[in-house]
Amino acid sequence: MWSLIQIELYKIFRRPRTYIAFGAIAALIVVIQFGLKIDGDAYAGFLMKDINDTLTVDGKVLNGYLICYILLQLLLVHVPLLVALIAADMISGEANLGTLRLLFTTPYSRTHWVIAKFIAASMYTILLLIWLAFLALFASMWIFGTDDLFLMKSNYVVLIEQSDVLWRYVGAFVFASFSLLTVTSLGFLMSSLSSNSIGPIVGTMSAIVFFTILSTLNIPLFNIVKPYLFTTHMNNWKEFFDIKVNIDNEAIRGSILNIPKIKTSLMVLTLHIILFVTASIIIIKKKDILS
Amino acid sequence: MFGVFCYNLSMAVIKVENISKNFGTLKAVDNLSFEVEAGQVFGFLGQNGSGKSTTIRMLLSLIHPSSGSIELFGKSIQKNRASILEQVGAIIERPDLYPYLTATEHLQLFAKVRKQKVAAINITKTLEQVGLSHRSQDKVQTFSLGMKQRLGIAIALVHNPSLIILDEPTNGLDPQGIADIRSLIQYLAKEEGKTVFVSSHLLSEIEQVAHQILIIHQGKKMVEGVTKELLDPEKRIVQIKTLDDVKALSIIVAGGFSQYLLTRKEGIFLKLPTTAIPMLNESLVQSGISVLGIETKNSLEDYFLQITSNA
Repeated sequence: MWSLIQIELYKIFRRPRTYIAFGAIAALIVVIQFGLKIDGDAYAGFLMKDINDTLTVDGKVLNGYLICYILLQLLLVHVPLLVALIAADMISGEANLGTLRLLFTTPYSRTHWVIAKFIAASMYTILLLIWLAFLALFASMWIFGTDDLFLMKSNYVVLIEQSDVLWRYVGAFVFASFSLLTVTSLGFLMSSLSSNSIGPIVGTMSAIVFFTILSTLNIPLFNIVKPYLFTTHMNNWKEFFDIKVNIDNEAIRGSILNIPKIKTSLMVLTLHIILFVTASIIIIKKKDILS
Repeated sequence: MFGVFCYNLSMAVIKVENISKNFGTLKAVDNLSFEVEAGQVFGFLGQNGSGKSTTIRMLLSLIHPSSGSIELFGKSIQKNRASILEQVGAIIERPDLYPYLTATEHLQLFAKVRKQKVAAINITKTLEQVGLSHRSQDKVQTFSLGMKQRLGIAIALVHNPSLIILDEPTNGLDPQGIADIRSLIQYLAKEEGKTVFVSSHLLSEIEQVAHQILIIHQGKKMVEGVTKELLDPEKRIVQIKTLDDVKALSIIVAGGFSQYLLTRKEGIFLKLPTTAIPMLNESLVQSGISVLGIETKNSLEDYFLQITSNA
């Protein structure tokens, strides 16, 4: 199996298309960091305009931790689209190229190949996330420095001590990896249904957009299905930055407000991954390879 | 995952029994049966769309047969896929490859998925065998169709398989390339004792290399037999071209050749021994018929052309 994973990784990283996502993420992050470096104070002032009269904040609000939070909010919506570029092409791209029949006439079973391809695509996704973490978190920490994390929520503010922040990002990135792996597995499922590259990529992107809209709309009819949609849970990495408070309304260091919500989301995402990959294996096993 | 593999040399390497494949209402392969013995070059002939590639895909378990059974090396391909395919090398239709990889990288990649380790020297040797050693480090995107075809054959050979299945291996090759592949097929069977199953839509390609020929048409077996017997010179068909076919026909009948006449719309055709051709020509000329030409065709070639032209 390891040989097959190596082969799949080798093929992924020999394709120029693979690097588009890395380049796009780097370009976006650098542009945002540049903008905030030049005009960050104005941006911070705008963010805090509603509470400036009631609250005085000491220290550096616009620090590396906040920049990373802003970047993740912006990018974790769009990164799935970049993941789909590779994941949705893993099987259909080879079917389109005609090389799938070469792979499937080797002594390894189709199930082996599909699993190897999924693992390779997942490794690509994780690498993309590590790249995102490196640029969004570590580069921002280096450029903007560190301080306590001050977050404006819809009807309250959260202040997390800087020594209590880094592990939350680790948790958030681990959570995000589950979200992106769900997208990878969805792309994979679409890929197993088609023999051309474009259809599954567009299909995956469309599905993400469609379900995201369903998850966002506050219509009673849709509220029934919302808990079961993966898009409802994909953004729950933010839960790592909601902190418990004591009776004096002071933040409890090292706490998370809603751990069950994170657990439920991880479970729903994991079930989606298992469902999508299993469906892909069944489809490919039954499929006549005609391309 | 790989089982221990052994088989008796005297048994059929490929044994196909009553396989059919339906795509909706289309019957792509219809109740086809044949056997291929070890060390043979087996020619699988048929026009484009006759069911050759579908059959080959079923042999390689890329397509599931609607009915029938396939055994390779005495074992069912469906039940012993991994151990069987370890011993098989194949190219199917077009030589589709990864444009961003070099020829050597392709062979390294496909050598890696084999149980037995393929030595680097084998990769160099295989590229030499197919005449690609001078382009070994070039990316496939710079290759011509013929070069891709050669690389496809190299991929089929790199792990030294016992059975080689080549689907239209000379597609896109120039005359020299076709001759090279023909020599390679003969070498593989004669010198290395491999079984080669080769498909083509051209009889001329197959008749020079195959010990056994099978013609398939619309998914059905039309003819099967030993090449030498099928191409017997004593079973030739003669086409007579004259300025006056009606008069020529009456002379043929009067001359006692009527038993050899074949009913054809497109001209005068006779199935007669080669030795009788000069006699027939003489009687026509002596009767004042202007003979424009006498073409002899092998009966198999004629039969094959008939199938092709009727399609």
